[in-house]
Amino acid sequence: MIAKEKFRVCPDTGFKVFDTTEKLIKINAVVAVVFLAVGGLFGLLVALTRWPAVHLLPADLFYLVLTAHGADVLLFWIVFFEVAVLYFAGSVLLNVRLAAPRWAWAAFILMLVGAVMANVAVLQGESSVMFTSYVPMRVAPHFYLGLILFAVGALVAMFVFFGTLVIAKEEKTYEGSVPLVTFGAIVAAIIAVYTIASGAIILIPTLLWSLDLVADIDSVMYKLVWWGMGHSSQQINMATQVSIWYCIAAMVLGAKPLSEKVSRGAFLLYIVFLQLASAHHLLVEPGISSEWKVFNTSYALYLAVLGSMIHGMSIPGAVECAQRRRGFNEGMFGWLRKAPWGNPAFSGMALSVVLFGILGGITGVVLGAEQLNIIMHNTLYVPGHFHGTVVAGTTLAFMAITYLVVPLIFRREIIWPKVAQWQPYLFGLGVTGISLFMMGAGTLGVSRRHWDMAFTDAPLNFDVPPAAFLMMGLNGISAVIASIGGIMFILVIVGTILFGKKRGEDACRTNPVILPGGGATVMAAGSEGTLKLPGTIALVSVFFAAFVLYYFVNWKYLSEVWPLS
Amino acid sequence: MALTPPENPHWWREPLHRMEIGWITIAFLWGLFMFGVMVYWHINGEQNLSNEAYRVNPDVYGEKVEAFAEKYTVRTEGKTEIPVVKPPPGSDIYMLGRLWEWWPILELQKDQTYRLHLSSMDWQHGFSLQPTNINLQVHPKYEMVVTLKPTKSGEFGVVCNEFCGIGHHTMLGKIYVVDK
Repeated sequence: MIAKEKFRVCPDTGFKVFDTTEKLIKINAVVAVVFLAVGGLFGLLVALTRWPAVHLLPADLFYLVLTAHGADVLLFWIVFFEVAVLYFAGSVLLNVRLAAPRWAWAAFILMLVGAVMANVAVLQGESSVMFTSYVPMRVAPHFYLGLILFAVGALVAMFVFFGTLVIAKEEKTYEGSVPLVTFGAIVAAIIAVYTIASGAIILIPTLLWSLDLVADIDSVMYKLVWWGMGHSSQQINMATQVSIWYCIAAMVLGAKPLSEKVSRGAFLLYIVFLQLASAHHLLVEPGISSEWKVFNTSYALYLAVLGSMIHGMSIPGAVECAQRRRGFNEGMFGWLRKAPWGNPAFSGMALSVVLFGILGGITGVVLGAEQLNIIMHNTLYVPGHFHGTVVAGTTLAFMAITYLVVPLIFRREIIWPKVAQWQPYLFGLGVTGISLFMMGAGTLGVSRRHWDMAFTDAPLNFDVPPAAFLMMGLNGISAVIASIGGIMFILVIVGTILFGKKRGEDACRTNPVILPGGGATVMAAGSEGTLKLPGTIALVSVFFAAFVLYYFVNWKYLSEVWPLS
Repeated sequence: MALTPPENPHWWREPLHRMEIGWITIAFLWGLFMFGVMVYWHINGEQNLSNEAYRVNPDVYGEKVEAFAEKYTVRTEGKTEIPVVKPPPGSDIYMLGRLWEWWPILELQKDQTYRLHLSSMDWQHGFSLQPTNINLQVHPKYEMVVTLKPTKSGEFGVVCNEFCGIGHHTMLGKIYVVDK
């Protein structure tokens, strides 16, 4: 019976691709892209409304659309895509059939029903409470129910993935330890389990409360547990996106991690420490002690940040190493100049690493310092930061790998390669603008989730600095640029899936999207045998200098604020 | 390679690259340092939040704020005649957030300290004092106390920066800081 499971051998990579795996990867990825398109459109409407000169939507629609934007892109786009990545990292990379395909389909259907239900609840207009739905604001019960169904579906998908690992181990479809990309996916799935558990712990009582079956939900406790889901789910993204970075570097350049031990150790730090980050959302709340805030907000001595900083070195290190082995040895940055910048998978990955580190990472640490949070909490600085992590980091990484998934799994040749080539740059540029200008406006005190920074209808008046209006205009322009990048992505991908030329058996020679032989390693030796990597040292030094400088600048800002104690 | 099992089955015994050891050490020490900065700031920094907070019934809190306002009101302002309250320096001062206003308006003296009490009558609100940019989360049923010292005179806006429904963007309060 086991032998009957149908599969094909990928002519590009040599991996076995089982029929059910392929179907499930396709369907989850396609639905993910649909939610990206819908949620991205909502995002554009948000940005155009916050652009003071345009101020597109009326207030009620603005808050509605903002709620839908959060749910669709932060949750549905990302998690559907992550499920596809997990099935790839489990089934394809380990050459094994997917465990319990029926459960995998059930997971998909639950997730889809939940996501649609939550969208319906929001679009009906009675649930414009923002994606976070802080109590004691009340919304329609089917909003919570939709989220719960979606979470349960995602949990089932995680167990399908774990089951697949067990089968692979039992049937010895791989030798030794699992590949690094699978290891990262396992980390993501483990984090997902306790993330979804947190979600269930808080959303189920909240659903009952919305039905008047529970009397009261404490508002601070709600935030603590809700962000146990909300922030930890960003760490699922982290683990997945870092796996994708390694995956793309391996496929396109044959890059090998400098050291398996270091990369895996860094992933493990995520599992142990990331969930403390719920504290990031509670730094200016009443009723929580400073000791608790300081310990948790720093992930216990910044050990999860350490994990990310390690990946931040080992990804460019692996790329530099691979490039030098392939002969691009000229000077400090010859390897970087000769990198395949015209390949959207590579350029998307590289931009994702850099933008995530600088726009998302550094600002996240600053924002998460207990006292610095006082001058940033709930200003536009916050969405500025997380558009750096989730959009420039995660979304760009997911887009980048899609340029490999489509030829390899869908077996279609990318139509309009020129459009695909420019897409990551345009999207990256737009998102960089969004992130920077929102952070700029936030530093000037502009509130997030706010329809009118001019306070036209308020009984009192307050003048926001003119520079902030300029920032919001530039943010709007950046959002338009990012949207054009997003539309290019959707058009190329959907167009390719529907109308792309079938990718033939010999395409790996005539039109390679990855190194021949599935990116067979170009390095044999362990890390001690690797070359000197001056380019990576230089890049990491620049990053570190920026980090230190920016960190102190913000303490300087804080020191000028009214004394508080 | 990252897509296949490690070639060396004993990968955990491979020695580390010098660059890796160097970077891990630097990153780890930087983390310790940043942790230390937060602790240091609690000891020597001037901008820290107190740990003082009480559970409070919103109605009881509302009565306290009313009594406070009645005692120290000096004038009223705006279409809705919000009282402007001028409490003595060093005293306990009160503000409440409700749909959709911060109440009352406070008038404080420069370089004097006050114990500011904050709570919400209904949903969560965000106390965002601008342009000085101090942001605090205000919960119903929690009374938070922060000691603050205005160091600049002028007119300051209190924006609500936690979404609180359809009138959220009209929720605005005010604090005046006057020279002695």
